Parts: sequence; structure tokens; C-alpha cells
Amino acid sequence: MADTWQLLKPAADKTLPAVPPDGDVIVPLAQWLAQRAALTERRGRLGVWLGSQDEPGVIADDLACFEVIAVNFPQFIDGQGYSIARLLRERHHWQGELRAIGDVFRETMFYLSRCGFNAFALRPGEDAHAALAALDDFSEAYQVSVERPQPLFRRRLTQGATRV
Amino acid sequence: MYIYDEIDQRLVDERVTQFRSQTQRFLSGALSEDDFRPLRLQNGLYIQRYAPMLRVAIPYGLLASRQLRALAYIARKWDRGYGHFSTRQNIQYNWPRLEEVPDILAKLATVQMHAIQTSGNCIRNITTDHFAGVAPDDIVNPLVWSELLRQWSTFHPEFAFLPRKFKIAVSGSEQDRAATQVHDIGVQAKRDAAGNVGFRVLVGGGLGRTPIIGVVIREFLPWQHLLNYLDAVLRVYNRYGRRDNKYKARIKILVKELTPDVFRQKVEQEWAHLENGPATLIADEVQRIEQRFTRPSYLKLDAHVPEHAAALARDQAYAKWVQRNVHPHKMPGYAAVTLSLKKTGVPPGDATADQMDAVADMADRYSFGELRVSHEQNLILADVRQADLHQLWQKARELGFATPNIGMITNIICCPGGDFCSLANAKSIPVAEAIQRRFDDLDYQYDIGELDLNISGCMNACGHHHVGHVGILGVDKQGAEFYQISIGGSQGNHASLGKVLGPSVSQDEVPDVMEKLIKLYLTRRDSEVERFIDVVRRIGIEPFKEHVYGGHHKRPAGRGRHVAVAEAGG
Repeated sequence: MADTWQLLKPAADKTLPAVPPDGDVIVPLAQWLAQRAALTERRGRLGVWLGSQDEPGVIADDLACFEVIAVNFPQFIDGQGYSIARLLRERHHWQGELRAIGDVFRETMFYLSRCGFNAFALRPGEDAHAALAALDDFSEAYQVSVERPQPLFRRRLTQGATRV
Repeated sequence: MYIYDEIDQRLVDERVTQFRSQTQRFLSGALSEDDFRPLRLQNGLYIQRYAPMLRVAIPYGLLASRQLRALAYIARKWDRGYGHFSTRQNIQYNWPRLEEVPDILAKLATVQMHAIQTSGNCIRNITTDHFAGVAPDDIVNPLVWSELLRQWSTFHPEFAFLPRKFKIAVSGSEQDRAATQVHDIGVQAKRDAAGNVGFRVLVGGGLGRTPIIGVVIREFLPWQHLLNYLDAVLRVYNRYGRRDNKYKARIKILVKELTPDVFRQKVEQEWAHLENGPATLIADEVQRIEQRFTRPSYLKLDAHVPEHAAALARDQAYAKWVQRNVHPHKMPGYAAVTLSLKKTGVPPGDATADQMDAVADMADRYSFGELRVSHEQNLILADVRQADLHQLWQKARELGFATPNIGMITNIICCPGGDFCSLANAKSIPVAEAIQRRFDDLDYQYDIGELDLNISGCMNACGHHHVGHVGILGVDKQGAEFYQISIGGSQGNHASLGKVLGPSVSQDEVPDVMEKLIKLYLTRRDSEVERFIDVVRRIGIEPFKEHVYGGHHKRPAGRGRHVAVAEAGG
């Protein structure tokens, strides 16, 4: 899966990375907040990524500036990104690409997609086909999710739940 | 019994397939230990020093006889012929082989069971009152609400990887028999002035290192909002709960650090967005769930049952058992019965495959083919005709399930002591009672886990205090009654004798010492799986001794120094 996006990361001392003059970049949230004017003026498409502790509300008014929003999973057992994704989709109505980055692999694909991720930057060494197949590990779900905004109990009433 | 529909079944089947694949990849080296660990834990599978341990969910403690027979089958085929009923209404197998666990899960799925989310940092098995639906003081049937929460929590996409485990208890009655105050979330049914059903919601209760009573964050939540309100609570926890220190990761710490008021505000802010959203429950759904539960077809019986009354009058042992193990029922002429798994000398909560089959037969014969697992690690036949009680009791006695020792004191093995016995140096029953009072909260006890507490009033050791994980021995000091505490004893295949902790203490001090022992244990244990006795064996008694006596131990004024009498004699 060809991907033109370059993910920019802060240095260990939190120094913001240099931004190349052109090309598609995904910048950390702090960079967006500090350099928004410069970032919007450059050539190339722009994305932003949120860390697991970032507050998605701070970009609520900026969504039109981005082609992609990414959420980082430092470890897959850190589930904060699931809430961030739902907030971006359900509260802030982000319609564009929502990309899971970091410790992303087949075992979390099902939950990620239900919370609104539609792009998955798999960690190194993962088999993309197996990961995509894992989206179908479960054919139904009880809860409200981004994928199925109506919970099973409401869908049962209206249409009879069906395999999806 | 809740009967799965096609979708419920399909999800459980798909979980088996998923876990089989994960296990195979782990065994082949394609999935690393670090990646596999959280995945297997979410299927109830621990890997301990000697063997894996598989925890199977018994949602809200309800079991059909055919399910219990399947559990017996599993115990025979894949374990060592027994299982252990846990304090969270689950059953655990201690000797399964990792590569066979997918087969066990597949077997479970054939009887509408699973091990989903019985461990790991996710929403765990929903627990409730073991008298749910039959208690005379029911406001709602908590089984229905527990099943609603089971479905809501099963594979919840947002809350699969929380900061820490998350336990929810539901009470449907006036009296809380589900220990909702010491759960991450406690849900208590109530009615408002107009008679509408709703729930009081408590958050942040818990035991372990930081025992704390949950705070009420919603005095009355109309039932329609239960799921999205819990979504709001969980979202606040998922986003702001600490992940840097596992001992500070439970929601109770977040509630405490934010203060309950700030926590409540955050939940309310979140809920403002979710309120009346699609997760809002509807009467059709509650009714649908209710109708998927089979209910006993009770006979219209007289409240007075002459043969029961006659048996009570003529048979004292029976009357004693009835007094302790038989509980009131909302239907006239019926009763609920506790089958004790706490027979002295049997590890609390253990049942052999043969016993499980026998109980399944009893359930079929006396209680509409259903039973419950209580969080006191006993089994309950919830719908027994009073006219059958005497016969049932005889059967239970043959099987060893009729020990009339249900209630808090059941965990304490205790000789008659100085109140009744002329040999005794000291009373033991009042000590048991004092400890019972101190550890009055049932969930506190079960968070502490397996702990044999034995009390003997003298060196004759009728209370087998040497082989208690904690043993208490009454001693006579110049006419005064003192108690020598020992720890590290055990019975069974790994029997050992307890070691005396230090100078004996007065009766009043015993509960304090117990509390200190427990506190240190909770601090030092590796995980909730490591029992008190394991910690004592691993770290020795010195840390306990230090913790109890410290540098500032003050002996009771005016008593002088007393030396521990007759160490481990008798």
C-alpha cells in the first residue's frame, strides 16, 4: 500500500522536527500548535498526529486544515487512542482519513476500525493481508460504534440484525 | 437461564476461532510473549510458574445443570478432575495445557459459555447477588440488567485496553448482597418517588492496597441511560486514569486524585454529549432480554409447609443447617439453599468433577435445572420447594456440601474455645467474631483471596491453628487471655506448620494484627493470583513480623513482657 505521508516526530528532548519544504507530512500536534501559519503555507499536504494523552478538542476548529489525522498507540495495551478516535469522529465530526500509528497490528484492527480508524500504519514486520483479514474476526457487535452508530438492540428492531 | 440467540452464539464461536489462531501463532513463535500476554489474559488464561490457569466466566454466577456438567467434563478431560469456584462467580482450572485451551473454549461455547474478559485490563465479568430474581426484597431482577451489561461490555471497542481491570457489580434489591460499594462501578437499583426504576451509581470503590468505599456519583439514573452513562464513566477513566504505575491505575485512585466532585463533573460533561444518544436503552430491549431468560414454573404453594416444620422440630442438625444454609424466597413454599464448598479440610471453593455432576443432578431434581455460584465460593440452589428440603439436605450431606457454616464466619475454622471447653486457655469464638467484624466487608475478604484462618483456644489445637495460613492460638498469661499469631501454615499436599510471628497479643489487638498482616500481604503480592500463603513462603515471615511489631510495638500497659508459649507444640 503506497503511502506518500512522512511522519515527523519530535526529538527525544521534545525539539520539534524540521519540516521539509514540500511533500506530504504528518506533524505532531505540538508542531501544529506552534507553527500553524508556516505549515499551512508550505507545499504538500498536511496531516497532524495526536499522542495518546493529547486532547482532540484542541484541533476541533482546525479540522479543515488537515488531509489526515493520526493517533499514536505507544503500546497496543494503551487504549487511550480509542477514545480519542471516537471523539474525533463522533463529537468533532472528522470525516477524513483517521490513521492508527504506533503499535498497530492485526490483533487490534477490529477494535480500531470500530472506533473510527480507516487507515492502519502497521508496525514493522506485520503481514498486511492478515491484518486486513482480522477486521472480520467478528461479524457482529453489541455496542454503538463509529462503524455501526446504532447498537445491535436498535438494529434488531428496525431491520433484523444481519451479517456485515 | 439466559438463552443465547444466534448472534450471541456466533460471537462466542468467533472468539474461539480468534483465540485458536492467536495460540497457534504464539506456539509457532509468530506472536511474541509480550503480544500474546494481554490477548490470552482477555481469555482468562494466566501462565503461572507450574501451569496455566484458565478462568472461565460464569456471568453473574448463573449456571444451568448442563453447563455444570460441561465444566465437570472439562475438569476430567483437560484438568486434574476438579475446578475452583472463585470469588467473582467464575470457575478456574489450574492445570490446563496451553495448546489445549482453544479446545476447552470450544467445548464451553457448545454450552453457551466462554472465558471472555475474565482477566486483563478490561471490563470483567459482571457480578450480582446470588439470590437475584428470587430474593424477597428485589426491586428489579438484576440478572436482566447484568446480562444487558454483559452484552454492552463484551468486546466494547473503546474499553478493551483500560489502565487496569474494571469490575462492575449490580444489586437489584433493597439489601446490597453484591458488594457494590467496593467495585469500580456499583449499580444499585432503586425507585424514585413516582415508582420509576433507576439506578444509584457508585464509582471508585475497591479493595486491595487502597480499600475504599465507592462514592455515589448519581443518586438516581433512570434505567434508559444506564449504558451511555457507563460509557461516560469509562471514557473519563480510559482517558485520564494513570498508566504509569499499576498500583495507582484503578479508577478509585483517579476519583481520589481528582476528588469525587471533579470526577463527577467530568463524567457529566461527557454524558451531556452521550445522553439520549443511540445507546439509550428502550423497553423493548429490556423486555427482549428478560424473555430470553427461562424462569422456573413455580407451583402455587402454601407458605406453611407442614413436613418442613415437622422435620425442623425433630431434627436438630437439620434445623441448624436450615438456619444457616437456607434462605428466604419470594415465592411461598420455596427457599434458596447454599451448598457449602467450605467444608473444613477442603480448599474453599474447590469442587471435583464428580461433585459437579452430583450438584447438576441435584439442580435438576430440586431446582429447575439451575444453580448459582456465590461470591462466597459456594453453590446455590435458588428455587427449592421447602417440602424437598429435608431430602435435599440428606443428599447434600452425603456429598459433603451440607456444612452449616455459611456467612462471614465460614472462612474461619474455629474450635469452641474457652466459652464451652474446659481445656481451653482462652476463648476463640469471640476472637473469630472480632475478626469478622473487622473484615466485615465481604468483598474486602475476597479481594484478599484464599486465606485459611484457624483459631484454637489451646494447644490441643482443635482449630488446627498450625496449618492455617494464619493461625491463632489462645494462651494463658497469668490469668489473662492472650493470643499467639502464627503465619505460613497450610494443609493438604503442601502442608507446613505456621511460624510464630512474635509476642502474643490481647484479644482486642487480634483484629489489628490481622489487618496488618493483610495489608503487608496486599503490598507485597505479585498479582491477585499470588495468595497470602504464597507470599509468606516467598518472602518469609520477617517482613510480616516487622510490619506487625515494627520498632514501636507497645505491649499492653502494665502486663509486662510475655513470652510466646509452647511454640508449635501440641
